[in-house]
Amino acid sequence: MELRELTALELGAAIRRGEVSIVEAAQTALDAVSAQDGALNAFITVTGARALERAEALQAGVRDAQGPLYGVPMAIKDNICTKGVKTTCASRILGDFTPPYDAAAVDALARAGAVSLGKLNMDEFAMGSTSETSFYGPVRNPWDLGRAPGGSSGGAAAAVAAGMGWYAIGSDTGGSIRQPASFCGVTGIKPTYGTVSRYGLIAYASSLDQIGPLCRDAADCAAVLDALMGHDRRDATSLPGPRSRWDGSGPRVDYGHLLDGLTGDIRGMKIGLPVDCFGDGLDGEVRSAVLAAAEVLKGRGAQLVELPFPVLPYAVPAYYIIACAEASSNLSRFDGVKYGWRAEEYDGLGDLYCKTRTQGFGAEVKRRILLGTFVLSSGYYDAYYKKALQVKAVIRDAFDRVFEQCDLLLTPVAPTAAPRLGESLSDPLQMYLSDVYTVSVNLAGLPGLSMPCGLNGDGLPVGAQLIGPHFGEGALLNAAHAFQLETDWHRKRPPPAAADAEPPSALKGEGLCGGDLK
Amino acid sequence: MKITAELIDYLAGLSRLEVQEGERQAMTAELQRIVAYMDVLNRLDTTQVEPVSHVFPVKNVLREDEVIPSQDRAELLAGSPAPDQEAFLVPKTVE
Amino acid sequence: MTWETVIGLETHVELATKTKIFCGCTTEFGGAPNTHCCPVCIGMPGTLPVLNKKVLEFAVKAGLALNCAITRYSKFDRKNYFYPDLPKAYQISQLYLPIARDGAVPIHTGAGDKTIRIHELHMEEDAGKLVHDPWTDQTRADYNRCGVPLIEIVTEPDFRTADEVVAYLEKLKETLQYLGVSDCKMQEGSLRCDVNLSVRPMGTEELGTRTEMKNLNSFKAIARAIDYEAKRQVELIGEGKRVVQETRRWDENKDATYAMRSKENAQDYRYFPEPDLPPIELSEEYLDGLRAAQPELAQEKRARYQANYGLPEYDCRMITSDRALAALFEGMVELGAPPKQGANWIMGEVLGALSARGMEPGAMKLTAPTLARLIALVGEGRLNRNTAVKVFEAVFDTDGDVDAYVAEHGLEQVNDDGLVREVCQRVLSSNPRSLEDYRGGKDKAFGFLVGQAMRELKGRANPQAVNAALRELLDG
Repeated sequence: MELRELTALELGAAIRRGEVSIVEAAQTALDAVSAQDGALNAFITVTGARALERAEALQAGVRDAQGPLYGVPMAIKDNICTKGVKTTCASRILGDFTPPYDAAAVDALARAGAVSLGKLNMDEFAMGSTSETSFYGPVRNPWDLGRAPGGSSGGAAAAVAAGMGWYAIGSDTGGSIRQPASFCGVTGIKPTYGTVSRYGLIAYASSLDQIGPLCRDAADCAAVLDALMGHDRRDATSLPGPRSRWDGSGPRVDYGHLLDGLTGDIRGMKIGLPVDCFGDGLDGEVRSAVLAAAEVLKGRGAQLVELPFPVLPYAVPAYYIIACAEASSNLSRFDGVKYGWRAEEYDGLGDLYCKTRTQGFGAEVKRRILLGTFVLSSGYYDAYYKKALQVKAVIRDAFDRVFEQCDLLLTPVAPTAAPRLGESLSDPLQMYLSDVYTVSVNLAGLPGLSMPCGLNGDGLPVGAQLIGPHFGEGALLNAAHAFQLETDWHRKRPPPAAADAEPPSALKGEGLCGGDLK
Repeated sequence: MKITAELIDYLAGLSRLEVQEGERQAMTAELQRIVAYMDVLNRLDTTQVEPVSHVFPVKNVLREDEVIPSQDRAELLAGSPAPDQEAFLVPKTVE
Repeated sequence: MTWETVIGLETHVELATKTKIFCGCTTEFGGAPNTHCCPVCIGMPGTLPVLNKKVLEFAVKAGLALNCAITRYSKFDRKNYFYPDLPKAYQISQLYLPIARDGAVPIHTGAGDKTIRIHELHMEEDAGKLVHDPWTDQTRADYNRCGVPLIEIVTEPDFRTADEVVAYLEKLKETLQYLGVSDCKMQEGSLRCDVNLSVRPMGTEELGTRTEMKNLNSFKAIARAIDYEAKRQVELIGEGKRVVQETRRWDENKDATYAMRSKENAQDYRYFPEPDLPPIELSEEYLDGLRAAQPELAQEKRARYQANYGLPEYDCRMITSDRALAALFEGMVELGAPPKQGANWIMGEVLGALSARGMEPGAMKLTAPTLARLIALVGEGRLNRNTAVKVFEAVFDTDGDVDAYVAEHGLEQVNDDGLVREVCQRVLSSNPRSLEDYRGGKDKAFGFLVGQAMRELKGRANPQAVNAALRELLDG
């Protein structure tokens, strides 16, 4: 049995049946890492020794294994805190930050029997759409080493696509799970805001950030979400379950039944196609791939309805105003005093702050900090930040109306397939605009899923996005599952990346990466 | 909205970032483009709209006033670039 | 031209919760540097705040007691600025929707009665402590105070004199202590006060340019700083110069204020709604519950004591000067102690014992039943006042058992007239000299004989009874 061909659930089952040992699985993944990551640069830190120890410990308890993911090796985006393991956010300023605590999501997966292989590369502080802004060098797309894997969870998408682990968890603030998933041909979902604790997720934009899985298929996503989702008292924005004791008010969520709900039966499901999402600026091949996906869903008994979504043009500017504003505040704590990196030379306190932050942050991060500082500064707050919060309300209401007419929306994830390395960095505004189909979902706090729906002429994966109403994860996953019962795009794998392909960055190597396999 | 070099310096000061002589012009032009683009929001009339910071009507999330043991100090100081045995160190602050 | 001083106050009060506002670390004062800290209050990446229920409750109680309108839908905002005492580089505070607004505090000064309007009351987190280390010439950051809950109470510019300011602060302190929301210890910084002051020609309406004074850590300092700063501003204007809007620090030693670096003045805090904390919505039931639970405050107690017990105003002020004393008083009265006597014991022996020990009334062990019992024994004539005072001293520190002590030391007063008469008889026969002196008209001798009799009776007799017995034997 070729382990790397299995999905997380298939591997989990094989482990519970005793056909595969957890150590064997972990070693297989670590071999894949050493074979390919020199070229892909998907990992910042590889914790091979820890992984094998953990695998042995779990193997001992395999008889009374709890849950379908027990013993399955995976990896974690490097903006999610891991106790005792460096968590860098792909930034120089957190180059040697080792948290004394685990993120709630990491706890949850540990309880589900996860074996972590290490920490995944990303855009610095999750600010980017290509995973090229990492201080530790760009991630490469396993389908074409000359191209970007998307971002900001590019390392996660590349790792899963290249079989370096059976699933990964990333974060999605404006598309950072869905867009790289589509560029790398994997399935990723950003759940409803508040359903996965943000405790231990290093904040980019607190009101938009959400943790979610990148997997081989929808069923794996459902299984990982079942483990990830749940109320956490440490995160005041986390939503309680229906049975949890809670003196607040607001929505309650029935957690933990997504996998059971995957029937693949979507007969009578109304799927909306927002015409504004198929207009100008959308690559022809992407358009036809997504529309073809719509037909497949129709073939499974879904109903297609075209509808307008006129607020689309306002999503990107509103998103960047809100995200940058929150980021400018969230990233102020990185000043070289309490943790992380401090400039070598400085003259006095003010200079310590300036030099540490100027040398510690990359260009894109500094650009967004300045932008965020601008929209909050006195005299501009109302015109920009307050306005953006009003537009956020408008967009949320627009979605509410749309979901009165349909159960789900089907849209492209990105206007094009994966761009060539370097292509996007030259023009930040252009890069921001490419987030047009994903950011509105975060503004409204909705769940959004990206699934592979084809390959373009260059043999690059194309993704389709499903958007649901709040707590519509079940419907999203079931629709994706139905699609994947009909198609095998999600089974397609890139050719293994040669180990000898030259490393993408001079910065690579010990010291900075510090992984025990590098 | 016109972005000037002075404004860039003001924002850099507020965010404790240095904008080098070389980058100032480029940065100004870049932000100018981005901000100009953001002005499309003004095409949308929102005079009657309440701004939302939280999407959900979640409210009154409170914890009990119960002491939880603090973290071991050594662990907290371990990550600091310049600690001593007890505290985080910074250059002399005036007053 | 005569000038009028216009003053507004911003008072920061530390709330007496067990834990910090957004994490479970203790708020205990002191402690070795950075030992009352966790990843949340040190602002480590990925950590999140969760509001302490008690902080909200205390803030609302304070708002109600200061006659504020409580904000039904309230939020937190971030105030952004870089300083090493603020690990997140933003302070979680309330700008747009503070928890309470539009209050009123009646005060009384020599000049008469007056009401100070409260502009707003909001919740926020305290910052850490920076200590300069002369040996390394570096500053050490201690984050134990980080996240200790504060309420900031902002008044309208309603004060005209330092007296009014001090009267207001004393009233505030008394009220918050009675509510139990803060101990208001200035020396521990749990009550801090910034003074906004400007001057204008008497009779004019327009406000002058104001300065803000910080670092005022005693009522005395506040009064002195106000007088100094008002004088300074009037002189400036007199010299044709203008007052600059700035923050000034009070220097206790130099007895003067000086401007802080201009950097710390003009600030752009970029306030925006705290995305990590959902809003607070208070129900009518919640507020009714707290209103019902509001304790009787000092002023109401004073009025009641005067009305119900006919105590002099002075006594009322003394025994309500502290919540613990008032509680002791009410406890004794409930147990049947005559109010006036109860008050006398508190003003005399209790306050005396406390000051002799340099002790806060709150720390006192002595309970109402004990003191009430002592007063009862005196009332029943079973202890005389002087002995009672000795017993008080003996039981004060431990709240010891009065009856047991009296029995053990055989202090009960002798009320057996036969015995008293017999002893007096013996004294007379054993002191013929004094007897003659007395008969010779030397009244002094009588006192001596009484003393002798009291000594024979080990001081346990009622002096009046001894007097009576002797007179009868001598004159009768």
